[in-house]
Amino acid sequence: VTRRHSELEQLVAAKEVIVACGPGGVGKTTTAAAIAAGVAAHLGGKVLVLTVDPARRLADALGVGGLGNRATRVPDEAFLAARVRPKGELHAAMLDMSESWDALVRRHAPDEATARQILSNPLYQNISRRFSQGHDYIAMERLFELHEEGDYDLLVVDTPPSRNALDLLDAPARMQEFFSSRLLRWVTVPYRSRLVNMASRPFYQVADRVLGSQLLQDLADFFILLQTMRDGFVARAAAVDRLLRDARTTFLLVTTLEAVPGREAAEMKAALAERRLHLGLLVCNKVLPESLIDPGAARAADRLAEASAQLGPGIAARLASGGDEVASAVVSRVVEEVAHSFANFRLVANREAELLRELSAAHDVTVTIPYQPGHVTDLASLLTMGSRVFGDEAEEEPAARRASGSRRTGARGGGPRRAGAP
Amino acid sequence: VTGLFDRRLLFVTGKGGVGKTTVAAALGLLAAEQGKRTLVCEVEPKGDLSVAYDCGPTPFRGRAVTERLTAMSMDTEASLREYLRLIARVPVVGRIGPVASAFDFVATAAPGIREILTVGKLCYEVRERHYDLVVVDASATGQVIGQLAAPIGINELVRVGIVRSQTSWMLEILRDPAVTGAVIATTPEEMPVTEAVDLAGRLSAETPVNLACVVANRVLPELFGNREEQVFEALLEPALMKEVAAELRLDEAALGAVLQAARLAVTIRRDGASHLERLREGIGEQVPLLYVPYLFGRAHGLRAIRQVARLLGEEL
Repeated sequence: VTRRHSELEQLVAAKEVIVACGPGGVGKTTTAAAIAAGVAAHLGGKVLVLTVDPARRLADALGVGGLGNRATRVPDEAFLAARVRPKGELHAAMLDMSESWDALVRRHAPDEATARQILSNPLYQNISRRFSQGHDYIAMERLFELHEEGDYDLLVVDTPPSRNALDLLDAPARMQEFFSSRLLRWVTVPYRSRLVNMASRPFYQVADRVLGSQLLQDLADFFILLQTMRDGFVARAAAVDRLLRDARTTFLLVTTLEAVPGREAAEMKAALAERRLHLGLLVCNKVLPESLIDPGAARAADRLAEASAQLGPGIAARLASGGDEVASAVVSRVVEEVAHSFANFRLVANREAELLRELSAAHDVTVTIPYQPGHVTDLASLLTMGSRVFGDEAEEEPAARRASGSRRTGARGGGPRRAGAP
Repeated sequence: VTGLFDRRLLFVTGKGGVGKTTVAAALGLLAAEQGKRTLVCEVEPKGDLSVAYDCGPTPFRGRAVTERLTAMSMDTEASLREYLRLIARVPVVGRIGPVASAFDFVATAAPGIREILTVGKLCYEVRERHYDLVVVDASATGQVIGQLAAPIGINELVRVGIVRSQTSWMLEILRDPAVTGAVIATTPEEMPVTEAVDLAGRLSAETPVNLACVVANRVLPELFGNREEQVFEALLEPALMKEVAAELRLDEAALGAVLQAARLAVTIRRDGASHLERLREGIGEQVPLLYVPYLFGRAHGLRAIRQVARLLGEEL
């Protein structure tokens, strides 16, 4: 058992909620699912992964999709088919935005009639289906609800892609602000008293002209309905916020080591620190193999490039003796191309190593997952990825990890990885 | 893709992380180099455009990058202020701060308002002919449909008022394929391609904007032809590798690492090629597909944007 494995085991033992965050397009959803599957398989307990918008293949691999908010258990047979005897249970659920909003309204509306009025209001339908900042809140709210219900030992939640990483962290606070804002009061006061309210007059002058008074009336009606839920919403948002700050909650930051996502991840990390939120794990996904920054391999590549012309005839003769006639010029070109390609990828691997060093502080638990062509198509591939996070598999260390000076360990051993033979 | 720059308004969109900003910035630079007065506008003001052009902040009022190239970031509050002043002629100047934040709040509850301020500003620049071409670094897949469809949707929501009366000229600009086009950026990977194909369908079904072309970004070069690949596979045989290592007096493991790196390159490329096939099938034969090769060198900043612009120029 490696040190990284035990660090993760300690983290999972201490936490009940893992919130995956990070830039778009880095494999956040898949990583969250892989970690949940890894915990269920190897550490045990009842684990739920809550995904927001999984790729169809991932949804199929987890057996969710078209189920709304209902959680389903990934059957043990699926684990056994992947030759893993699970120690715990893996459950998966998708986050259905509009269903979650509707549930929230039903919970907080003072009575059935008000709930119906709100649910059928066109403005409400717009917000619950299209308002993306609302999605950040609803994801956190659903997480809170699941945690309250207490059916699971560990909740791993994937977060919706946001315009801004901070939106997610600040969503509960913003929900509280919404209900105490001056504007909500302006819009919901009776029309006549608007005319005497000096502060709100410029707003109405503009809004009436630009939007028309009908829309304003619709908004007022809607906000008046919303206010009936005020106390429940505010209390709830405060509780959601407390859960995010709770000692039992940790954040998982997923990124790749490319320039743009790397920059976003660094901002996200700073935002977590600023809010005193716990970063339990930094996962760098799709990292190139370590051998690319090995000086010996670089020398070998240089030597190949120099000797490509010299090698051609010998190798061609050797292939010809095996019945494969090939011009020595073709062989030389292949050798040259191999050396050239190595140099190209080495450049990228070096850049990744540098970025990781900048991103990961000494006390961070950092995991790198090697680049793997192909996709997560079933539980087996998800478990393989989970094993990489936990370092169970004999695997070459990706380049970036060794180069970085921070505290991280990994499963050593094994020869050069045969990169994802198709 | 003849005539891409004969249009006046291009929306560059795609899944987050595929290089939308890079493609938009490169298209803008290229158009400016071809003599067009060009505006590039970043809709999500995250500062990516200022990084792309190495040019410092890009405010709403615009920042000159080169003689013919201007960069700006969208700001719906500033857009509202400009709109009130120029079009609605509403005499609200001093108190705009709290009013705008109040307005922003209403816009949150009544979707379409914020979007119309974004799209409206862009269409306005086109209508007033301040520029020959406006290139938009638009929102990602999730939000762009809402933005482009806003002028249609707003009619359902706002029954009277100035906003509604303004939508018809916007729609005229957005609907005309000779004037406005969408450019979908993607990479040869699973999710980006799936989203690109999905987006192409939704653009035509739900928005007034026509798809102009698709740009596949970060396409790896093909290392070997068929014959060469057979030779390469033979080189991976342990016996032959041993001989080569001996002849060059190289460590076998080091040589193995070099060959495995090439194998990884071949595998990634092959994986990408299958996604590109899926992309081609998904968007149909008639939509132009441009390729931008993977840049192994520096991956961002003006130098990289110039390189991408040059490569796109060759494709166009």
